[in-house]
Amino acid sequence: MESSLKNMILSLFVITLAGACAVGAIYMLTKDPIETAKKEKVSTAIGKVVPEFTNDPSEGKLTEEQEGGNVVVYTAMNGDEVVGYAIETYTNNGFSGDIKLMVGFLPDGTIYNIEVLEQNETPGLGSKMKDPDNKLRVSFEGKNPADLNMKVMKEGGDIDALTASTISSKAYVEAVQRAYDKFLTIVK
Amino acid sequence: MKNFEIFTKGIIKQNPVFVLLLGMCPTLGTTTSAVNGLGMGVATMFVLTMSNIVISLIKNVVPGKVRIPAYIVVIASFVTVLQLVMEAYVPDLYSTLGVFIPLIVVNCIILGRAESFASKNNVFSSVMDGAGIGLGFALSLTLLGAVREILGAYSLFGYKFADTDGILIFVLAPGAFIALGYLLVLFNKYKATLK
Repeated sequence: MESSLKNMILSLFVITLAGACAVGAIYMLTKDPIETAKKEKVSTAIGKVVPEFTNDPSEGKLTEEQEGGNVVVYTAMNGDEVVGYAIETYTNNGFSGDIKLMVGFLPDGTIYNIEVLEQNETPGLGSKMKDPDNKLRVSFEGKNPADLNMKVMKEGGDIDALTASTISSKAYVEAVQRAYDKFLTIVK
Repeated sequence: MKNFEIFTKGIIKQNPVFVLLLGMCPTLGTTTSAVNGLGMGVATMFVLTMSNIVISLIKNVVPGKVRIPAYIVVIASFVTVLQLVMEAYVPDLYSTLGVFIPLIVVNCIILGRAESFASKNNVFSSVMDGAGIGLGFALSLTLLGAVREILGAYSLFGYKFADTDGILIFVLAPGAFIALGYLLVLFNKYKATLK
Protein backbone atom coordinates (compact mmCIF):
# COMPACT_ATOMS: atom_id res chain seq x y z
CA MET A 1 0.00 0.00 0.00
CA GLU A 2 1.21 3.51 -0.91
CA SER A 3 2.50 5.50 2.09
CA SER A 4 1.32 9.04 2.65
CA LEU A 5 1.66 11.10 5.81
CA LYS A 6 -2.08 10.94 6.41
CA ASN A 7 -2.50 7.18 6.10
CA MET A 8 0.68 6.46 8.07
CA ILE A 9 -0.50 8.56 11.01
CA LEU A 10 -4.03 7.23 10.81
CA SER A 11 -3.07 3.55 10.61
CA LEU A 12 -0.56 3.77 13.46
CA PHE A 13 -3.09 5.67 15.56
CA VAL A 14 -5.77 3.02 15.02
CA ILE A 15 -3.37 0.15 15.74
CA THR A 16 -1.96 1.68 18.93
CA LEU A 17 -5.47 2.54 20.10
CA ALA A 18 -6.68 -1.01 19.50
CA GLY A 19 -3.61 -2.39 21.26
CA ALA A 20 -4.11 -0.11 24.26
CA CYS A 21 -7.79 -1.08 24.52
CA ALA A 22 -6.97 -4.78 24.42
CA VAL A 23 -4.26 -4.48 27.07
CA GLY A 24 -6.49 -2.30 29.25
CA ALA A 25 -9.35 -4.78 29.06
CA ILE A 26 -7.11 -7.70 30.03
CA TYR A 27 -5.58 -5.63 32.84
CA MET A 28 -9.03 -5.07 34.35
CA LEU A 29 -9.92 -8.74 33.97
CA THR A 30 -6.72 -10.01 35.58
CA LYS A 31 -6.37 -7.38 38.30
CA ASP A 32 -8.29 -9.33 40.94
CA PRO A 33 -6.77 -12.76 40.19
CA ILE A 34 -3.26 -11.22 40.40
CA GLU A 35 -4.09 -9.67 43.79
CA THR A 36 -5.51 -12.97 45.02
CA ALA A 37 -2.49 -14.92 43.81
CA LYS A 38 -0.12 -12.55 45.63
CA LYS A 39 -2.14 -12.65 48.85
CA GLU A 40 -2.37 -16.42 48.71
CA LYS A 41 1.40 -16.68 48.40
CA VAL A 42 1.86 -14.54 51.52
CA SER A 43 -0.79 -16.38 53.55
CA THR A 44 0.58 -19.82 52.61
CA ALA A 45 4.03 -18.65 53.71
CA ILE A 46 2.62 -17.34 57.03
CA GLY A 47 0.88 -20.68 57.60
CA LYS A 48 4.22 -22.46 57.25
CA VAL A 49 6.38 -20.25 59.45
CA VAL A 50 4.30 -19.93 62.63
CA PRO A 51 2.43 -22.49 64.78
CA GLU A 52 -1.30 -22.97 64.24
CA PHE A 53 -3.37 -19.83 64.56
CA THR A 54 -7.04 -18.90 64.36
CA ASN A 55 -7.02 -15.24 63.31
CA ASP A 56 -6.35 -13.68 59.93
CA PRO A 57 -2.78 -12.31 60.23
CA SER A 58 -3.24 -10.07 57.17
CA GLU A 59 -5.61 -7.96 59.24
CA GLY A 60 -3.68 -5.55 61.42
CA LYS A 61 -0.37 -6.11 59.65
CA LEU A 62 2.32 -3.53 60.35
CA THR A 63 4.23 -2.28 57.33
CA GLU A 64 7.48 -0.40 57.70
CA GLU A 65 8.84 1.17 54.53
CA GLN A 66 12.62 1.10 54.45
CA GLU A 67 15.04 2.38 51.87
CA GLY A 68 15.41 -0.88 49.95
CA GLY A 69 12.03 -2.50 50.54
CA ASN A 70 9.29 -3.20 53.06
CA VAL A 71 9.34 -5.07 56.33
CA VAL A 72 5.88 -6.34 57.22
CA VAL A 73 4.84 -7.88 60.53
CA TYR A 74 1.95 -10.34 60.62
CA THR A 75 0.79 -11.36 64.09
CA ALA A 76 -0.60 -14.88 64.47
CA MET A 77 -3.03 -15.41 67.35
CA ASN A 78 -4.70 -18.51 68.68
CA GLY A 79 -7.76 -17.12 70.45
CA ASP A 80 -6.37 -14.22 72.50
CA GLU A 81 -2.88 -15.59 72.82
CA VAL A 82 -0.09 -14.53 70.46
CA VAL A 83 1.46 -17.70 69.06
CA GLY A 84 4.01 -16.10 66.77
CA TYR A 85 5.05 -13.32 64.45
CA ALA A 86 5.58 -13.82 60.74
CA ILE A 87 7.88 -11.10 59.46
CA GLU A 88 8.29 -10.43 55.77
CA THR A 89 11.79 -9.20 55.16
CA TYR A 90 14.12 -8.42 52.26
CA THR A 91 17.69 -7.89 51.22
CA ASN A 92 19.14 -6.03 48.25
CA ASN A 93 22.40 -7.94 48.46
CA GLY A 94 21.41 -11.17 46.73
CA PHE A 95 23.69 -12.56 44.04
CA SER A 96 21.15 -11.52 41.40
CA GLY A 97 18.40 -9.22 42.56
CA ASP A 98 16.47 -8.90 45.79
CA ILE A 99 15.56 -11.77 48.06
CA LYS A 100 12.35 -11.73 50.09
CA LEU A 101 11.84 -14.03 53.05
CA MET A 102 9.07 -14.76 55.52
CA VAL A 103 10.63 -15.40 58.91
CA GLY A 104 8.46 -16.86 61.69
CA PHE A 105 9.28 -16.07 65.33
CA LEU A 106 7.76 -17.55 68.45
CA PRO A 107 6.89 -14.91 71.10
CA ASP A 108 10.21 -15.62 72.89
CA GLY A 109 12.25 -14.89 69.77
CA THR A 110 12.96 -18.45 68.67
CA ILE A 111 12.82 -18.88 64.90
CA TYR A 112 10.07 -21.36 64.09
CA ASN A 113 10.58 -21.58 60.34
CA ILE A 114 11.66 -19.56 57.29
CA GLU A 115 10.11 -19.48 53.84
CA VAL A 116 11.56 -17.88 50.71
CA LEU A 117 9.00 -15.62 49.03
CA GLU A 118 11.09 -14.36 46.16
CA GLN A 119 14.59 -15.04 44.85
CA ASN A 120 16.42 -14.99 41.53
CA GLU A 121 19.63 -16.70 42.67
CA THR A 122 21.65 -18.97 40.40
CA PRO A 123 19.65 -22.14 39.73
CA GLY A 124 21.31 -25.13 41.37
CA LEU A 125 23.46 -23.00 43.71
CA GLY A 126 21.87 -20.07 45.54
CA SER A 127 18.37 -21.17 44.55
CA LYS A 128 18.77 -24.10 46.96
CA MET A 129 17.70 -21.67 49.70
CA LYS A 130 14.13 -22.50 48.78
CA ASP A 131 14.58 -26.27 49.15
CA PRO A 132 12.80 -27.58 52.25
CA ASP A 133 15.90 -28.94 54.03
CA ASN A 134 18.63 -26.58 52.95
CA LYS A 135 21.48 -25.87 55.34
CA LEU A 136 20.55 -22.22 55.84
CA ARG A 137 17.02 -22.86 57.02
CA VAL A 138 18.14 -25.75 59.20
CA SER A 139 20.82 -23.60 60.89
CA PHE A 140 18.14 -21.14 61.96
CA GLU A 141 15.25 -23.45 62.77
CA GLY A 142 14.46 -23.69 66.47
CA LYS A 143 17.27 -21.29 67.42
CA ASN A 144 17.06 -17.89 69.00
CA PRO A 145 19.06 -15.26 67.08
CA ALA A 146 20.10 -13.83 70.49
CA ASP A 147 22.20 -17.00 71.06
CA LEU A 148 23.52 -17.15 67.52
CA ASN A 149 26.47 -15.44 65.94
CA MET A 150 24.60 -14.20 62.89
CA LYS A 151 27.36 -14.70 60.35
CA VAL A 152 28.24 -17.49 57.95
CA MET A 153 30.81 -20.01 59.23
CA LYS A 154 33.45 -18.70 56.83
CA GLU A 155 33.35 -15.42 58.75
CA GLY A 156 33.38 -17.11 62.13
CA GLY A 157 29.62 -17.25 62.65
CA ASP A 158 27.22 -20.09 63.40
CA ILE A 159 25.35 -20.25 60.11
CA ASP A 160 26.13 -23.08 57.72
CA ALA A 161 26.25 -21.53 54.23
CA LEU A 162 25.03 -23.16 51.03
CA THR A 163 27.83 -24.85 49.09
CA ALA A 164 29.48 -22.42 46.67
CA SER A 165 26.95 -19.67 47.39
CA THR A 166 28.52 -17.47 50.02
CA ILE A 167 27.01 -14.27 48.63
CA SER A 168 23.48 -15.70 48.55
CA SER A 169 23.95 -17.13 52.04
CA LYS A 170 25.20 -13.84 53.45
CA ALA A 171 22.24 -12.04 51.90
CA TYR A 172 19.88 -14.58 53.46
CA VAL A 173 21.45 -14.09 56.88
CA GLU A 174 21.20 -10.33 56.45
CA ALA A 175 17.48 -10.60 55.70
CA VAL A 176 16.92 -12.77 58.78
CA GLN A 177 18.87 -10.27 60.88
CA ARG A 178 16.64 -7.47 59.55
CA ALA A 179 13.55 -9.46 60.54
CA TYR A 180 14.99 -10.08 64.01
CA ASP A 181 15.77 -6.37 64.49
CA LYS A 182 12.14 -5.64 63.64
CA PHE A 183 10.99 -8.39 66.00
CA LEU A 184 12.93 -6.81 68.88
CA THR A 185 11.22 -3.47 68.31
CA ILE A 186 7.73 -5.01 68.54
CA VAL A 187 8.14 -7.24 71.58
CA LYS A 188 10.29 -5.10 73.84
CA MET B 1 -2.03 -30.50 2.20
CA LYS B 2 0.00 -27.39 1.48
CA ASN B 3 -1.07 -25.89 4.78
CA PHE B 4 -0.08 -29.06 6.60
CA GLU B 5 3.41 -28.74 5.13
CA ILE B 6 3.56 -25.14 6.31
CA PHE B 7 2.77 -26.43 9.81
CA THR B 8 5.28 -29.29 9.87
CA LYS B 9 8.21 -27.43 8.33
CA GLY B 10 8.65 -25.49 11.57
CA ILE B 11 9.34 -28.65 13.54
CA ILE B 12 12.24 -30.14 11.57
CA LYS B 13 13.06 -28.48 8.24
CA GLN B 14 12.97 -24.89 9.48
CA ASN B 15 13.27 -25.51 13.21
CA PRO B 16 13.82 -22.03 14.66
CA VAL B 17 16.41 -23.10 17.24
CA PHE B 18 18.40 -25.88 15.56
CA VAL B 19 18.21 -24.78 11.92
CA LEU B 20 17.48 -21.06 11.75
CA LEU B 21 19.33 -20.35 15.04
CA LEU B 22 16.89 -17.60 15.95
CA GLY B 23 15.74 -16.55 19.41
CA MET B 24 18.96 -17.60 21.11
CA CYS B 25 18.50 -15.29 24.10
CA PRO B 26 15.49 -17.08 25.65
CA THR B 27 16.82 -20.41 24.36
CA LEU B 28 20.00 -20.12 26.40
CA GLY B 29 18.57 -18.12 29.27
CA THR B 30 15.42 -19.96 30.29
CA THR B 31 16.22 -23.62 29.69
CA THR B 32 17.56 -24.44 33.15
CA SER B 33 14.88 -27.13 33.46
CA ALA B 34 12.45 -28.90 31.14
CA VAL B 35 9.45 -27.16 32.72
CA ASN B 36 10.95 -23.70 32.24
CA GLY B 37 11.83 -24.48 28.62
CA LEU B 38 8.32 -25.75 27.96
CA GLY B 39 6.73 -22.70 29.62
CA MET B 40 8.83 -20.28 27.61
CA GLY B 41 8.20 -22.23 24.39
CA VAL B 42 4.42 -22.29 24.86
CA ALA B 43 4.38 -18.58 25.74
CA THR B 44 6.30 -17.75 22.56
CA MET B 45 4.06 -20.06 20.52
CA PHE B 46 0.98 -18.20 21.78
CA VAL B 47 2.37 -14.77 20.88
CA LEU B 48 3.64 -15.98 17.50
CA THR B 49 0.31 -17.51 16.47
CA MET B 50 -1.78 -14.56 17.64
CA SER B 51 0.49 -11.93 16.09
CA ASN B 52 0.58 -13.86 12.80
CA ILE B 53 -3.24 -13.87 12.72
CA VAL B 54 -3.56 -10.13 13.33
CA ILE B 55 -0.72 -9.15 11.02
CA SER B 56 -2.06 -11.19 8.12
CA LEU B 57 -5.44 -9.50 8.69
CA ILE B 58 -4.06 -5.96 8.70
CA LYS B 59 -1.36 -6.47 6.04
CA ASN B 60 -3.41 -4.69 3.35
CA VAL B 61 -4.31 -1.60 5.38
CA VAL B 62 -0.88 -0.80 6.85
CA PRO B 63 1.24 1.52 4.70
CA GLY B 64 4.60 -0.04 3.79
CA LYS B 65 6.77 2.56 5.47
CA VAL B 66 5.26 2.12 8.94
CA ARG B 67 4.69 -1.64 8.83
CA ILE B 68 7.50 -2.48 11.28
CA PRO B 69 6.28 -0.15 14.08
CA ALA B 70 2.75 -1.39 13.45
CA TYR B 71 3.84 -5.04 13.78
CA ILE B 72 5.83 -4.28 16.93
CA VAL B 73 2.76 -2.67 18.54
CA VAL B 74 0.69 -5.75 17.74
CA ILE B 75 3.35 -8.10 19.13
CA ALA B 76 3.92 -5.98 22.24
CA SER B 77 0.18 -5.91 22.97
CA PHE B 78 -0.03 -9.69 22.88
CA VAL B 79 3.05 -10.04 25.06
CA THR B 80 1.57 -7.69 27.68
CA VAL B 81 -1.69 -9.62 27.62
CA LEU B 82 0.23 -12.86 28.08
CA GLN B 83 2.27 -11.36 30.91
CA LEU B 84 -0.85 -10.29 32.83
CA VAL B 85 -2.56 -13.64 32.30
CA MET B 86 0.51 -15.58 33.44
CA GLU B 87 0.94 -13.39 36.52
CA ALA B 88 -2.68 -14.06 37.45
CA TYR B 89 -2.94 -17.80 36.84
CA VAL B 90 0.59 -19.28 36.86
CA PRO B 91 2.49 -16.94 39.24
CA ASP B 92 5.25 -19.47 39.96
CA LEU B 93 6.19 -19.97 36.32
CA TYR B 94 5.85 -16.23 35.79
CA SER B 95 8.37 -15.44 38.52
CA THR B 96 10.82 -18.08 37.25
CA LEU B 97 10.78 -16.82 33.66
CA GLY B 98 10.91 -13.24 34.93
CA VAL B 99 12.30 -10.75 32.45
CA PHE B 100 12.23 -13.22 29.55
CA ILE B 101 8.46 -12.84 29.19
CA PRO B 102 8.51 -9.11 28.29
CA LEU B 103 11.57 -9.85 26.13
CA ILE B 104 9.39 -11.98 23.81
CA VAL B 105 8.59 -8.64 22.14
CA VAL B 106 12.10 -8.46 20.71
CA ASN B 107 12.39 -12.17 19.91
CA CYS B 108 13.47 -12.12 16.29
CA ILE B 109 11.47 -15.26 15.42
CA ILE B 110 8.23 -13.36 15.92
CA LEU B 111 9.04 -10.24 13.92
CA GLY B 112 10.79 -12.46 11.38
CA ARG B 113 7.67 -14.57 10.76
CA ALA B 114 5.52 -11.42 10.66
CA GLU B 115 7.74 -9.80 8.05
CA SER B 116 8.58 -12.83 5.94
CA PHE B 117 5.37 -14.85 6.15
CA ALA B 118 2.27 -13.31 7.73
CA SER B 119 2.57 -10.08 5.75
CA LYS B 120 2.47 -12.02 2.47
CA ASN B 121 0.04 -14.87 3.15
CA ASN B 122 -3.61 -15.40 4.10
CA VAL B 123 -4.85 -15.87 7.65
CA PHE B 124 -5.11 -19.64 7.64
CA SER B 125 -1.61 -20.22 6.30
CA SER B 126 -0.29 -17.68 8.81
CA VAL B 127 -1.91 -19.55 11.71
CA MET B 128 -0.33 -22.77 10.47
CA ASP B 129 3.05 -21.07 10.11
CA GLY B 130 2.87 -19.47 13.57
CA ALA B 131 1.72 -22.64 15.28
CA GLY B 132 4.31 -24.78 13.46
CA ILE B 133 7.31 -22.55 14.11
CA GLY B 134 6.04 -21.97 17.68
CA LEU B 135 5.71 -25.71 18.27
CA GLY B 136 9.21 -26.24 16.88
CA PHE B 137 10.51 -23.60 19.28
CA ALA B 138 8.63 -25.08 22.26
CA LEU B 139 9.85 -28.63 21.51
CA SER B 140 13.45 -27.45 21.06
CA LEU B 141 13.41 -25.51 24.33
CA THR B 142 11.87 -28.44 26.19
CA LEU B 143 14.50 -30.78 24.75
CA LEU B 144 17.36 -28.45 25.67
CA GLY B 145 15.85 -27.87 29.12
CA ALA B 146 15.44 -31.61 29.63
CA VAL B 147 19.06 -32.34 28.66
CA ARG B 148 20.35 -29.62 31.00
CA GLU B 149 18.10 -30.75 33.83
CA ILE B 150 19.06 -34.43 33.43
CA LEU B 151 22.80 -33.67 33.43
CA GLY B 152 22.78 -30.72 35.78
CA ALA B 153 20.34 -31.80 38.46
CA TYR B 154 19.77 -35.54 37.78
CA SER B 155 16.06 -34.92 37.47
CA LEU B 156 13.44 -34.57 34.73
CA PHE B 157 10.34 -32.38 34.97
CA GLY B 158 11.17 -32.01 38.66
CA TYR B 159 11.37 -35.77 39.41
CA LYS B 160 14.77 -36.61 40.81
CA PHE B 161 16.20 -39.98 39.79
CA ALA B 162 19.55 -39.79 41.60
CA ASP B 163 20.20 -38.46 45.06
CA THR B 164 23.26 -36.36 44.24
CA ASP B 165 23.88 -32.87 43.00
CA GLY B 166 24.47 -33.32 39.27
CA ILE B 167 27.02 -31.73 36.98
CA LEU B 168 26.55 -28.16 38.04
CA ILE B 169 27.94 -26.52 34.90
CA PHE B 170 24.96 -27.67 32.85
CA VAL B 171 22.62 -25.56 34.96
CA LEU B 172 24.82 -22.50 34.56
CA ALA B 173 25.22 -20.37 31.43
CA PRO B 174 28.24 -22.19 29.91
CA GLY B 175 26.29 -25.46 30.10
CA ALA B 176 23.59 -23.92 27.93
CA PHE B 177 26.10 -23.31 25.16
CA ILE B 178 27.67 -26.77 25.51
CA ALA B 179 24.30 -28.56 25.48
CA LEU B 180 23.01 -26.44 22.59
CA GLY B 181 26.17 -27.12 20.59
CA TYR B 182 25.92 -30.89 20.92
CA LEU B 183 22.18 -30.87 20.22
CA LEU B 184 22.86 -28.81 17.07
CA VAL B 185 25.31 -31.44 15.86
CA LEU B 186 22.91 -34.30 16.54
CA PHE B 187 19.94 -32.48 15.03
CA ASN B 188 21.75 -31.60 11.82
CA LYS B 189 23.14 -35.10 11.51
CA TYR B 190 19.58 -36.40 11.80
CA LYS B 191 18.27 -33.83 9.35
CA ALA B 192 20.89 -34.85 6.79
CA THR B 193 19.70 -38.45 6.90
CA LEU B 194 16.16 -37.35 6.01
CA LYS B 195 17.09 -36.24 2.50
